Amino acid sequence: MAFIEVSGISKSFASGLKPVLRDISFAVERGEFASIVGAMGSGKSTLLSILAGVARADSGAVTIDGEALCDVRADAAVVFQNYSLLPWFSALENVRLAVRAACPLLTREAQVERSRSALEQVGLGNAIHRRPGQLSGGMRQRVAIARAFATNPSLLFLDEPFGALDALTREALQQDLVRLCSSAERPVTTVMITNSVEEAILLSDSIIPMLPGPPATLGAPIRVPLSRPRSLAQLAHDEDATHVRAHVIATLTAALAGRIRRGPSRSDADTVTSIELATEETR
Amino acid sequence: MIKRVTHLLLPTVGVGLALIAWWGASLNVPDLPSPVRTWEESKLYVLEPLVKRGETDQGIALLAYYSLMRVAQGFLLGIVIGTPIGLLLGVSPILTRMFDPLMQVMRPISPLAWLPLGLVLFQRSEPAALFAIAVCSMWPTIINTMMGVRAIPQDYWNVAKVLRLSRTTTFLKIIVPATLPYMFTGYRLSLGIAWLVIVAAEMLTGTPGVGGFLWQEYNSLIYAHILLAIITIGVIGFVLDRLMGAVETRLRAV
Repeated sequence: MAFIEVSGISKSFASGLKPVLRDISFAVERGEFASIVGAMGSGKSTLLSILAGVARADSGAVTIDGEALCDVRADAAVVFQNYSLLPWFSALENVRLAVRAACPLLTREAQVERSRSALEQVGLGNAIHRRPGQLSGGMRQRVAIARAFATNPSLLFLDEPFGALDALTREALQQDLVRLCSSAERPVTTVMITNSVEEAILLSDSIIPMLPGPPATLGAPIRVPLSRPRSLAQLAHDEDATHVRAHVIATLTAALAGRIRRGPSRSDADTVTSIELATEETR
Repeated sequence: MIKRVTHLLLPTVGVGLALIAWWGASLNVPDLPSPVRTWEESKLYVLEPLVKRGETDQGIALLAYYSLMRVAQGFLLGIVIGTPIGLLLGVSPILTRMFDPLMQVMRPISPLAWLPLGLVLFQRSEPAALFAIAVCSMWPTIINTMMGVRAIPQDYWNVAKVLRLSRTTTFLKIIVPATLPYMFTGYRLSLGIAWLVIVAAEMLTGTPGVGGFLWQEYNSLIYAHILLAIITIGVIGFVLDRLMGAVETRLRAV
């Protein structure tokens, strides 16, 4: 049995009127890095919040490490796209809040020490007393990543963690994330949500395409058979990477084309975002 | 430079025009003292603000001090009661449903109506005045605190959930800091109301203070002192509002 088992999850909002997810099933092995790739507004974040235990599915089940998921797990950490740091606390206090909740038996000094070293791990050793408002977007997301790793999680859920960052900052943080995952004390099983195929290929062991709905469904997982370490420059020319990229894009655009052929049954804005995704990927 | 001049000049012109209107009114209403006569009759109180000549015959600063102390107590009582109520109503939709109609009915009740009830409850004028100030001034605190809790972004609730924070930690580390700017908006409005209520409370209970002084001088037919009291009340209210506004701005900047 896989570490994370998702079987037949469905979810709708407005008491059934707005279906978001339909019959979602997949599995993630222990220590695996899985990415769910799809267009904006396709229900990816809803799926992730169900996996993280923040939201509940209408039907279906999530099993993690053999236990049915009913609440946020103690060994799970989540990184949100919009950082979700508390603006009235310094970087250190933001991280310590997580450490304190996870390890209430540690002394105050030990908690601070652990938070400090987590921040040093992401290169923020000299900014620990700054508040989020005094940090750049990239630095804030580093704090959020430090907060996630400070509690030594075995499960990591990333909701478009680099979506709000510029390209250069994004790559630096992607590499930091890879380093943190590989140097963790215990294997970290990661599920990442992203709308960038390139990012998914760079980071993941497997890519699960999310086919636009609503309600959204999942395509068959695509393995990424590339050795590590990887870099974006290397991936641009790698034959296997090109193959995976073509496969993912073909799956997503096929689903999208089917939807456009069905006619503009959804709102215009919805269609526009989908087409933007398609053009970005075929570029 | 021009801007600075107009900043000073325009308000001066405004005050000047008001004084002229007052002076014009005093020509037509025999009992209304002119600005100059008001100053002549009041200057003893203003120039010797801390002299105590009798129980109600005191310098204006002393009278203001009594009123301010009374307001401070009533206001503190009001926010000490109002803040937790606001927080509770903010986190609990059930409690909101339960108490919202009651609040909407109690909010517009005049301080003049609460005061006799206070006298019935406490038998003495001093606690009755505090009661009236507290009851009238706590509504903005309750409502703003409640709004503040409701306005907490979903992100912060998600943080609490994902970090598995205890109820106490969520309260102390998320709800209170996130609501603080709203609370202070409430406190500023509450203080404004408390200062409005003090005059009515002192007039009705006859306790020494600016409001008590106003009523007593009216009964003694010294109308210039009524105007002195009115101006004092206005100036102090303005200063209080500015002080609270400054605190509020600092909190919002965080």
